[in-house]
Amino acid sequence: MEDNIFNARQGVRKRRSQWIAFGVFKLLSYSIVLILFCILGFIIYKGIGVINWKFLTSPPSDGMTGGGIWPAIVGTFYLMIGSALFAFPVGVMSGIYMNEYAPKGKLVRFIRVMTNNLSGIPSIVFGLFGMALFVKYLGFGDSILAGSLTLGLLCVPLVIRTTEEALKAIPDSYREGSLALGATKLQTIRYVILPMGMPNIITGLILAMGRVSGETAPILFTCAAYFLPQLPHSILDQCMALPYHLYVISTSGTDMESQLPIAYGTALVLILIILVVNLLANGLRRYFSNKLKTN
Amino acid sequence: MNKIDAQHVNFFYGDFQALKDISMAIEEKAVVAFIGPSGCGKSTFLRLFNRMNDLIPGARLEGKIQIDGVNIYDKSVQVDELRKNVGMVFQRPNPFPKSIFENVAYGLRVNGVKDNEFIRHRVEETLKGAALWDEVKNKLKESAFALSGGQQQRLCIARAMAVSPSVLLMDEPASALDPISTAKVEELIHELKKEYTIVIVTHNMQQAARVSDKTAFFYMGSMVEYDDTKKIFTNPSKEATQNYITGRFG
Repeated sequence: MEDNIFNARQGVRKRRSQWIAFGVFKLLSYSIVLILFCILGFIIYKGIGVINWKFLTSPPSDGMTGGGIWPAIVGTFYLMIGSALFAFPVGVMSGIYMNEYAPKGKLVRFIRVMTNNLSGIPSIVFGLFGMALFVKYLGFGDSILAGSLTLGLLCVPLVIRTTEEALKAIPDSYREGSLALGATKLQTIRYVILPMGMPNIITGLILAMGRVSGETAPILFTCAAYFLPQLPHSILDQCMALPYHLYVISTSGTDMESQLPIAYGTALVLILIILVVNLLANGLRRYFSNKLKTN
Repeated sequence: MNKIDAQHVNFFYGDFQALKDISMAIEEKAVVAFIGPSGCGKSTFLRLFNRMNDLIPGARLEGKIQIDGVNIYDKSVQVDELRKNVGMVFQRPNPFPKSIFENVAYGLRVNGVKDNEFIRHRVEETLKGAALWDEVKNKLKESAFALSGGQQQRLCIARAMAVSPSVLLMDEPASALDPISTAKVEELIHELKKEYTIVIVTHNMQQAARVSDKTAFFYMGSMVEYDDTKKIFTNPSKEATQNYITGRFG
């Protein structure tokens, strides 16, 4: 037939390739979830056996082959809080400057590229730098202070970026509305823009804390202790930390047989902490946005 | 003396000249409407009166704009003080994500008013002035976002009034509103002109005819004609104005 230029078989073929392509995309995205569940399942299966109240609340004993991980849990929390105290003000203020104050142009682009480069530096290099600067040069020694600052440096780029993104998402009409009432730029940021951006900023910060809690390399030379029978007394003391503890007991020791379950238990606790931190981030985000609506 | 006096104003966004040699005098407590097709420069001109265009990088002004005899682009002028005196209402209602009360109180607070009794009094007064009090008096603590679009816009007008400006700039204040809300805002403008000098940008020519004493027609960055509203809408002297108001272009 003269008008049959649209080949029927061509139609079948293109629908078939569409079906196959979507099938592949779907399979791959589901397999990511599957992998996550595999890892979680494996860790839970191996680790759940050793977890009990005593494991969570007592220090290691018998040359790391027994006892619990309490000092490592506490140390991890100290490091998370310490690095947040450093990264939050530095990151948020830089983010505010970049999005609200700095003239759009070369300078901001330069700072942004440098920030991205900073976040691309391997964490072990941060560890070395932290040792050179905080431990040696500034004389903090191996300490929570030095470790927190090193971890803080590591996550500052992330906090800057989330702050920038959070502020960028706020329409200019709010800025104009405030400025038009005679508010200064600083007042506008303080009373209108920051409260609106806070849910996203907080979420970003807490996600950064999740990342911090799992880092080993930056605290290797700056803070982490192989074994401490008691909790640290000041920020100039060393502390234990979960990821480092996990590394230590699975690579060195006297009795692998009895250490391995402890390693899995440690991994499980670490994962649970990160999970809780992420849930907390969600909760806070919801709290802030509700508060925003009524306040 | 005129309230606002613009002399030979040229304005540029980078290389693009958005306003061409505009001179205009606005009397105290007059309502002046700016009409013209999109992109003709009417909003740009309006936003020069409270220096809102300062925020745009690469923008440049030539000429002089005086309010109460003071050149508002002079170095000695504090821009926040100017904006306190020259309030603005925007095209889309933009209440802050705060309570109704705090929205109106905001301008007072950022300008250093600490006296809570005074703030409460002023909030009530301006909400009454914006014909919103009866609708919100029982829910002042609730979010401003819960209000309808028209109520939000009247809240924004109340918010602008709270800091006691003498000029109110309105940039298409009713274009995002339904007809009933629009009617309320227009009614409000009639009330407000007893106390304020009002400059309103509008796309709606009936609106310009209804609310204003004088009307300026802008086209391609120039002010084509500026005269009594009655004259503009019945017997304009320029053909372009005639064409625009009769709907032949724009």
